[in-house]
Amino acid sequence: MDDIQNILGAMMRVAIDPQTAAVAIAVIGLNIHFGYTGLLNIGQSAFMLLGAYGFAISITQGVPMFFAILIGLALALVFALVLGVPTLKLRGDYLAIVTISAAEIIRYVGRSVGIGWLTDLTKGAQGIPGSQYRAPFTNLSFFGDGSTTLLPFNYTDVAGGSVVVRLIGWVVVIALIVLLVRIARGKVALTGAARTGAMVGAVVVAALLALFLVPVTQRNTGANGLWFTAVAWTVVGLSVLLLLGLTRSPWGRALRGVREDEDAMRSLGKNVFAIKMQALVIGGLFGALGGMMYVLPATVQPDSMGRTLTFFCYTALLLGGAATIWGPVLGSLIFYVGRAFVIAVSQTYLQDGSSPIGFMSNQQTQQFAFIVVGVALMLLVIFRPQGILGDKRELRFNV
Amino acid sequence: MSETTTPTTGSTGGALADPAERRRLMSTVTPEPGAAKADPILKVDKITRQFGGITAVDVEHLEVQRGVITALIGPNGAGKTTFFNLITGFDKPTSAGHGAHWEFDGRALNRTSASSVARSGMVRTFQLTKSLSRMTVMENMMLGAQGQAGESLAKALFRPFWAGEEKQIEEKALELLARFKLHEKRADFAGSLSGGQRKLLEMARALMSDPKMIMLDEPMAGVNPALTQSLLGHIQSLRDEGMTVLFVEHDMHVVRHISDWVVVMAEGRVVAEGAADTVMSNPAVIDAYLGAHHDTDLGDDDLLDDATMERLEQEVAAEETEREEGKA
Repeated sequence: MDDIQNILGAMMRVAIDPQTAAVAIAVIGLNIHFGYTGLLNIGQSAFMLLGAYGFAISITQGVPMFFAILIGLALALVFALVLGVPTLKLRGDYLAIVTISAAEIIRYVGRSVGIGWLTDLTKGAQGIPGSQYRAPFTNLSFFGDGSTTLLPFNYTDVAGGSVVVRLIGWVVVIALIVLLVRIARGKVALTGAARTGAMVGAVVVAALLALFLVPVTQRNTGANGLWFTAVAWTVVGLSVLLLLGLTRSPWGRALRGVREDEDAMRSLGKNVFAIKMQALVIGGLFGALGGMMYVLPATVQPDSMGRTLTFFCYTALLLGGAATIWGPVLGSLIFYVGRAFVIAVSQTYLQDGSSPIGFMSNQQTQQFAFIVVGVALMLLVIFRPQGILGDKRELRFNV
Repeated sequence: MSETTTPTTGSTGGALADPAERRRLMSTVTPEPGAAKADPILKVDKITRQFGGITAVDVEHLEVQRGVITALIGPNGAGKTTFFNLITGFDKPTSAGHGAHWEFDGRALNRTSASSVARSGMVRTFQLTKSLSRMTVMENMMLGAQGQAGESLAKALFRPFWAGEEKQIEEKALELLARFKLHEKRADFAGSLSGGQRKLLEMARALMSDPKMIMLDEPMAGVNPALTQSLLGHIQSLRDEGMTVLFVEHDMHVVRHISDWVVVMAEGRVVAEGAADTVMSNPAVIDAYLGAHHDTDLGDDDLLDDATMERLEQEVAAEETEREEGKA
């Protein structure tokens, strides 16, 4: 039972990790690009990296944090314009090629050591250590010192932490998640405010119950502490609200129109180029915001924000369901928590020394996790191509 | 039939709902290629389009009369759709900058993009329908409305800016859907509609923008006879409301039935113009397109009586002997 509780603890730590939240924000941006507008942007990591560089370098140069954030966003804006002007008038494939190569260019420039003044700013492949730009953000914290356990009232307080209580708790959590997915996919006859209310309620109860069953202790303010977690997930919440507002507007309808058929939109008098450019910029800004959040508890290291991160973003998006509001958040959570699960299980049961049948080194367990995640994703794409929240009806029409 | 579209009447609009008035108006036009019209809404000059060595379109001059139904006919490959693409901005003429000029309602369109052509009041549909498949019929319709405040990014987040407008657009869309008998389908994905329903949807969507002129590219292709009847009714009622209609069609019965003026294209050129009943007997048209038996409906059972069959057989036999004699 202790093993299981440890595995669950490892998963919970990833689930509330600010970096998971950061990826979720970037995936929301990618959802605007790919899910709603049909722009095949394979360089979301470059938007993240630019946001991170703009933010971190500005602060190390003594710019106040508020303006540092604006500088990070401005860099992403310029990047989107530079990519968009030559490619958005062409067919979609060109954007894909240009974005992936531009992302590599940004990464290589970041890790290059050829130009003295540039290396002084970016610190090359080593990257800028978080301690150099984290202070203004940490200083904003009003959580004080010490550490907090989430939740302070948890399973250990009920019946001495008995197994039965925990089992019942998990059954309820799973039931809530199933209910949530059913509501999100429109299988439960709820509409409007009742639907939103039911979903928010189910999310809150399920999250609290999960924390009740798997309490996590965090420092209040230090790097990767409670303050980081709280801010990161608040930004995710605000981003989702923003996405909701944008996609439910006539502007969002125009985005989907462009995804379906550009010529039809032209024949209806819509300026397709402008709509695509707006989408590219807005999605890129979300990417930059995610990038800033991503490096706050870590370092700005160009190689940690390369192609792999872009593909993680796509995986999370397709997992959750493209062109859905909650898909990006759900997808990021499931992807990272699922990976943490496989790593924790293989470290507990399959690693040399930790169990009698162990045959893997610690590094191999990490790689093994990727293999399992990869296979799981292949199965998902085969059996549920529209993602967890997607509408299966949409797949019936070839576009 | 509800009045959903504001009649955009020109100097002669409105009165043209009367067939006699239309006949009188069109009888003043000389039936020859490039004839001048009394009140042209669209004027095209020297527009050519070449694909490599092939000249797909080479139109010297063409005018389209306001407020009437003009049909554009011609054999396959005559350049009708290319011509449509050129004047609606979906393609650029090879002669651009070398005298190509066309104007719609007094406004030159030489350098205009497809979207601003549509905004200026000339809306087209496509031969292969372009419905936005993964959006509902209603959303398809709502996209057709022009100048929506909510489509600007700055205002999209603030519902009060566009909520009222959205409601009006929705009402208008519902009226049009009712008129085109798509009301029941409004919550379905457009991709789930049948081919004919998509044609209807595309026409209704085009009407959302209150166009001055609507250009239909083969609206009847692949549509069953009952639906064809209702589509014809719709097109005629558009004309009666003062809209100008230009359409490409292959079915001669349809063309004769509803069009006030017919323009015939062959090999990229306008070879003839005229009223529907006279242009069909024009030798140039018969040569280019119709063939001697264009009047015979091969699907009409009444014509398949013994006498007709015998006559046709005799004709075939006569032709064969002629050919054999020619060989010999």
